[in-house]
Amino acid sequence: MLALIPLFPLLGFLVNAALGRRLRKTASGGLACAVMVASFVVAMLSVGELAGMAEGARVIEQTVYTWIASGDVVLDLTFRLDPLAAVMILVVTGIGALIHIYSTAYMHEETDGEYARYFSYLNLFAAFMLVLVLGGNFLVLFVGWEGVGLCSYLLIGFWFTKTSAADAGKKAFVVNRIGDYAFVLGMLFLLVRFGTLDFQRLASVVAALPPEAGAFGAISVATLLLFIGATGKSAQIPLYTWLPDAMEGPTPVSALIHAATMVTAGVYMIGRNAVLFSHAPGTLLIVAIVGAVTALMAGTIGLVQNDIKRVLAYSTVSQLGLMFLAMGMGAFGAGIFHLYTHAFFKALLFLGSGAVIHALHGEQDIRRMGGLKRLLPVTYWTFLIGSLAIAGVPFLSGFFSKDEILYETFAAGHWILWTVAAVTSLLTATYMFRLVCLTFHGERREASSPAPSHAAASHLHDAPPAMALALVVLAVGSALAGYAGVPHALGGTNPLGAWLAPSFRAPGANPVAELAEGSGAAGLELTLMAVSSAIAIGGIALAATVWLRRRQLADAVAARVPGLYRLLLNKYYVDELYDAAVVTPIRVGSAEGLWRGVDVAVIDGAVNGTASLVAAGSGALRRIQTGSVRAYAGSMFIGVVVILGYYLWR
Amino acid sequence: MLLTLSWLVPLLGALVLLCVGNRDGRRDALVRWLSLAVTLATFAVTLVIWARFDAASPEFQFVERHAWIPAFGIDYFIGIDGISLLLVVLTAFLSPIALLSSWGSIERKVKEFSIFMLALEAAMIGVFVSLDLFLFYVFWDAMLVPMYFLIGIWGYDQRIYAAVKFMLYTMAGSVLMLVAILGLAYLHSAATGTYSFDLLKLYTLDIAPQTQMWFFLAFTVAFAIKVPLFPFHTWLPDAHVQAPTAGSVILAGVLLKMGTYGLLRFSFPLFPEAAAYFAPGLALLAVIGIVYGALVAMVQPDMKKLVAYSSVSHLGFVVLGICAMNMQGVQGALYQMLAHGVSTGGLFLLVGMLSDRRHTRLISEFGGLKAVMPRLTAAFMIITLASIGLPGLNGFVGEFLIMLGAFRWDPRFVVVAGLGVILSAVYMLWMFQRVYYGPVTHEENAALPDLRPREWAAVVPLCAVAVVMGVFPTLFLKPMEASVNAVVQRVQVAQTLRAERP
Repeated sequence: MLALIPLFPLLGFLVNAALGRRLRKTASGGLACAVMVASFVVAMLSVGELAGMAEGARVIEQTVYTWIASGDVVLDLTFRLDPLAAVMILVVTGIGALIHIYSTAYMHEETDGEYARYFSYLNLFAAFMLVLVLGGNFLVLFVGWEGVGLCSYLLIGFWFTKTSAADAGKKAFVVNRIGDYAFVLGMLFLLVRFGTLDFQRLASVVAALPPEAGAFGAISVATLLLFIGATGKSAQIPLYTWLPDAMEGPTPVSALIHAATMVTAGVYMIGRNAVLFSHAPGTLLIVAIVGAVTALMAGTIGLVQNDIKRVLAYSTVSQLGLMFLAMGMGAFGAGIFHLYTHAFFKALLFLGSGAVIHALHGEQDIRRMGGLKRLLPVTYWTFLIGSLAIAGVPFLSGFFSKDEILYETFAAGHWILWTVAAVTSLLTATYMFRLVCLTFHGERREASSPAPSHAAASHLHDAPPAMALALVVLAVGSALAGYAGVPHALGGTNPLGAWLAPSFRAPGANPVAELAEGSGAAGLELTLMAVSSAIAIGGIALAATVWLRRRQLADAVAARVPGLYRLLLNKYYVDELYDAAVVTPIRVGSAEGLWRGVDVAVIDGAVNGTASLVAAGSGALRRIQTGSVRAYAGSMFIGVVVILGYYLWR
Repeated sequence: MLLTLSWLVPLLGALVLLCVGNRDGRRDALVRWLSLAVTLATFAVTLVIWARFDAASPEFQFVERHAWIPAFGIDYFIGIDGISLLLVVLTAFLSPIALLSSWGSIERKVKEFSIFMLALEAAMIGVFVSLDLFLFYVFWDAMLVPMYFLIGIWGYDQRIYAAVKFMLYTMAGSVLMLVAILGLAYLHSAATGTYSFDLLKLYTLDIAPQTQMWFFLAFTVAFAIKVPLFPFHTWLPDAHVQAPTAGSVILAGVLLKMGTYGLLRFSFPLFPEAAAYFAPGLALLAVIGIVYGALVAMVQPDMKKLVAYSSVSHLGFVVLGICAMNMQGVQGALYQMLAHGVSTGGLFLLVGMLSDRRHTRLISEFGGLKAVMPRLTAAFMIITLASIGLPGLNGFVGEFLIMLGAFRWDPRFVVVAGLGVILSAVYMLWMFQRVYYGPVTHEENAALPDLRPREWAAVVPLCAVAVVMGVFPTLFLKPMEASVNAVVQRVQVAQTLRAERP
């Protein structure tokens, strides 16, 4: 039955890809949504079945067939559902389905063919993501891993006539491929070293080994390579540059990429291999540091961007950084918890921004928005809930998950990383409410072009029903999703953490008695919660002060430190750096050095040189053929003399 | 008899075509359909062979042996095993597709063209089924002649240069190989008193390590040129660019595999110790080729040249797998040979369709074609993804197995080879973007027709096979397994035996 979960969207893809051109929008869009809902239902049933099993034995497995077999290497197409995968498939199918429904309205202006093409890609995206999370071994995961890379390429570049969109799509694929290169090496390393790519068997084998002390043991090298792969997929330093550009795609696609699919894959992969990573403390520390630095860096960039989607994109990079920080702390449950709550509010925020852009006919610059609160009430209120949730305001979903990360970091004694995470939280609250203030509050600032502004002001319409439905459902989720993981310190039982815990142990291993520890440190946890609540509210207040009351203050600050402002606005010039240091040298070197130099000049020069030498030689030989009998006789005589001489003198 | 049919059918077809009077091309249509029927019949024959092939046996099957020139121990001796089986099927599969592709572009001397194509197919299949080295050499050289004319007569503007370059390069290798083949027969007579060109007998010859070195080099240089291995590759871009589409499809799809097939069939098992000695060097050239080919492909302004250089890169993987000489490496190499045949054959086919419509292959002359010809674009996308090794399509399986095999042998090669995987995405997607995405930049492109029925017939089988090979690779891996295992064992046993000897 597990195979049905990815199979439904795959069928949706096939039908829409093959016949979409001939289908009406209601048919192609309806089909795409229907398969997602069907997939969601099957996922619910499967998870229900899983929940009915004894704790610690919650695994449903299905081997479809043997995919690749060569000698002693046999790689099956295996799907496996465990508590971790269960959370993921619900997120992917549930939020995925909402994004599909939203899209039916958002993409309505496309032609029938394009509409079907869009939905076929969207279905394929979900199918690959489900293969990724249900895969029972690395190779099946890798199918999904590459597959979502492909779909992001297709969807980001959906409006292919726009050069920037096509560029962004290609960039996403290529940057991901760089990560995949390391990922493949990591996989090969594991396969050769441990003889299997099956997650459970790997965990069993590795669990018997002691954790590696140095950074260069086999497990450390393998996990590090896998993590490099994860930095590509999950947009972390150094391979994050594709994600902000990915907003070239239609907005629901951004929601899909940023929330339900794709970027969560790296975090999930680490959670999936928690045992493996736990045995490589060196790698874990690197994961934590990269996560924290990425979170901070992206947060600072998000503070000054003017494109509504770009702010959200950097916010995703930043939040993913926090998830990696959690994973690096060994707090796998906390990382997945944040992944799960983030899926709700980030999907909500992107879809909300889509509703704004939709209403403003494509306007994405927040400097030309403002005052939309009254015109777009549904969008405003849902967006506000999402913003409060991501900012970490108490008792909304982001609060619980972010606090767990902060707490785990602090409890592990990494106070520097905790500080970084706390500052990131402040930044999150600030840039989110900068966004809210500039978009929805204050005066309406319209596009300078006079023509559409007349009509636009009066004819602004809020999200149509399909879009509003998705927004409201997600807003409820953003508010309440966190109650799956209320910590012990607040009198909860953290059911999500308990549910997930078996997935982070080797199969058959006994639960470690660390869950009880929560009560002992309750005082500390409550203190930290108070601190981060203060941070969240402080950030919101700061944003409200600066961007609502004293607009000139922001400009004044920017004017005071123009260098810093430009640095942030231009995203630390990392893209330019990569271009100058990597892309251009390779391109020019290949064209001038390798092709025109080595290939044409050296090798072909040698070949053609040999040919002309032979030609010249033959020409000389031809001259000997004079036709004169006397000359022939003479040369024969010389020949005879030489041969006789050789035999005589031998 | 069945196996003989596989190469005799196209040859007879060529002879029949010779007898068809076709003054002023009045019977071009007949010639076209007739030659298509002949290649389809050949394909049917190879499918029957595949169906009757016993995958569990590592032995040569469908063996036929008749004395030919007894004085020198030369026999008509043919047979196939798991290594050659699918290459024969691939050849027979691509030939009708190549012929179909020529219907729109070859207007001149259709009869002669078809005869050369059929003769080429016969010779290629002959190469794969020969178990007698002399016979092998006859087919090997026979293959050059039609290819030479296909490029020289129906090629583009610089066809003569390309044809001569192709001929000289390959002949240079062939001559070395001929000397080595004669030398082997002589060694056999020195050891047993009779000349023999029988591959199976020559396998059992005990050749001194020093002698092996020379023989290995002579064979391997011939094959390396054919592959083409860096730095023997410069004939390839010229030959490909100048060849007509059908020629490029066959050249990329089948001819290049002759080189890697030769390494696997002759160089390594005949001279295992020399192979052990040279394998790291060969693998080094292979990985250089992988990266080099990819980098040079990236900056090509001409689509055909780009695909040609990408072949240098892809075939580097094949050689790397063979050098690893373990189960996954060799099986992956064979798989990659098939996969590359399908996907690169497909790329040349599709590029040919663009070039038929616009009479240019320059990337800069295109742009925005997706809006104009969505179906061709979709096919191109599938083949592109197959070529860059997306899991679920044919390219991935071979690449993965090769990297796995090579990793078991020496991970350093994989670290470099893996870069090719990144670069392939760069050059293919960049080309794809410039040709199909963006606005329509040239007015001539705005009204180009999408795939025609005849083109569908050529493209769909390729895309379908690319998917099937990616999703159900065991269909193809199974028949190879026993024979690949036999070769790997033979080489490894010979190497260890020698190592143990004082």
